Amino acid sequence: MKAHHLKAEFDLLLDWIPQGARVLDLGCGNGELLAYLSTHKQVKAVGLEMDPLAIIGSIDNGVDVMQADLNSSNLVDLFGENAFDVVLTTQTVQAMQRPDQLIDSMITVGKRAIVTFPNFGYWRNRLQIVRDGKMPVSEALPHQWYDTPNTHLCTFSDFEQLCTDKNIAIIEQRVLGKELGFIAQLIPNLFGEVALYHIEKGFGN
Amino acid sequence: MTTASPKDFTFSENSLGLVTPQTLVVNEPLTLVCGATLPSYQLVYETYGTLNRDASNAVLICHALSGDHHAAGYHSTSDAAGWWDHYIGPNKAIDTNRFFVVGVNNIGSCRGSTGPASINPETNQAYGPDFPMVTCRDWVVTQAKLADTLGIDQWAAVVGGSLGGMQVQQWAIDLPDRLRHAVIIASAPKLSAQNIAFNEVARQAIMKDPDFHGGRFLAHNTLPKQGLMLARMLGHLTYLSDDLMGTKFGRELRTGSLKYNYEVEFQVESYLRYQGEKFATKMNFDANSYLLMTKALDYFDPAREHDDDLVAALSHIKAESLVVSFTSDWRFSPARSLEITRALVQAGKRVTYTEVESEHGHDAFLLPNSYYEQLFGAYMNRIAREFSA
Repeated sequence: MKAHHLKAEFDLLLDWIPQGARVLDLGCGNGELLAYLSTHKQVKAVGLEMDPLAIIGSIDNGVDVMQADLNSSNLVDLFGENAFDVVLTTQTVQAMQRPDQLIDSMITVGKRAIVTFPNFGYWRNRLQIVRDGKMPVSEALPHQWYDTPNTHLCTFSDFEQLCTDKNIAIIEQRVLGKELGFIAQLIPNLFGEVALYHIEKGFGN
Repeated sequence: MTTASPKDFTFSENSLGLVTPQTLVVNEPLTLVCGATLPSYQLVYETYGTLNRDASNAVLICHALSGDHHAAGYHSTSDAAGWWDHYIGPNKAIDTNRFFVVGVNNIGSCRGSTGPASINPETNQAYGPDFPMVTCRDWVVTQAKLADTLGIDQWAAVVGGSLGGMQVQQWAIDLPDRLRHAVIIASAPKLSAQNIAFNEVARQAIMKDPDFHGGRFLAHNTLPKQGLMLARMLGHLTYLSDDLMGTKFGRELRTGSLKYNYEVEFQVESYLRYQGEKFATKMNFDANSYLLMTKALDYFDPAREHDDDLVAALSHIKAESLVVSFTSDWRFSPARSLEITRALVQAGKRVTYTEVESEHGHDAFLLPNSYYEQLFGAYMNRIAREFSA
């Protein structure tokens, strides 16, 4: 499920995490991100993870982890509203049965949320479909179409449309890509390979 | 602790070898939650490993309904290993090369600590049914007394499964400064109505046995074996999973054909009778102790004093917790462990929760399971890093 770029993503989202914040990572894997945030921001960290071996990895990394399937867990019942300063999910939302519902619960149990995912609209992906007539396979999208966990791939534009529809405010967007930074920033939906969105409930939501 | 083994006998790899129980006699009265007072009491316990200089590596093991102080190692070369030998020993999940491990038999039980089969100093007769009701809270008081004697101000961890896990919760609530980690396995924040009902059927089976004599069976030179056997059969069946019984026995017949009578026909009947008989005869478990243990289970409910608010009940604990459940355990289901976890996290406590895949039902917490071992070991490592750092 998790592509590369993770270390680059960690660096890029670090300044969105307040010092000493309460942080929840959904699909925390071995707990690398939370361990990283604990070191750099002294956060109070909790991770949710489904994979049994990844849970042992999190324990080894000193991260508090709870075993849970994000598709069936009721995060609001588990944690209550506004239990965290930041709820984040890296490269996981596109593999959820209902990404929209997960994002809803993220901004309910947390004051703010950070969502990262691969951009299906990245120009190389578009090229593979148009030129080769095939589903894109790349570093950020390493799976073949028949065994991918990524059942809900979307483009940056799709995600932003969802935020508009749900009255979710995008505080900031940052992108990662192979192209020069300013080009990716200029037309992110074409040149951004992975996006990081910092979001919260919109006004009146 | 003794680790020397006889020349002609080899213990399994990473075994503690021979271990020797010790006794602590407490010559001061103990007033129990129920209001009664024991004039004095004794605790039988075992220790494994070495207490380090600042006494920061001590781990207390709390036993479940029919358990005792003998958690690991062997009492003799002809004995079975202690009840949690798979998880306690050199290089095991609770590594005795690093931890000083203490197993203690609880009062009210029948393995050497003061209980219904002990002599009441006031009457010079066995307590029998006059032994007062004991609760998890009372056990914590007595276990803390043992900790004082051993020079342990604060446990690195208090660990237990099932009823043992309830004692761990009670420790964290009652004496928050005296433990750094609470390891709560296959447990619950309180019994469900169904669980209490199972216990009541077990108690009735014992008390309705004509040899029970109102609990004074020892004075009548007899034992309520049938009752104990039935109680254990019922208990045992609730500790297994439906799937496992299906796999293990199915509808297999003992002799290959139906006999249309009430003799043992199905293999599962034979197995249950064997388990019940073993418990009632060979293991010589005291019937009054069995009654007391099931009542202690029923009474445990720390949220009761807080308007049934478990978050409030756990709000003063200081320990970090590991909560573990097993997928096929329906007596103490994963949902019950999640209740503890949810309350801990909502009370702002540090907690790790896992649900271990197992087909062995409630018994899984006692049985070998490589993932459970790894996970348990990983958490104990984390604890060990804190005091060796």
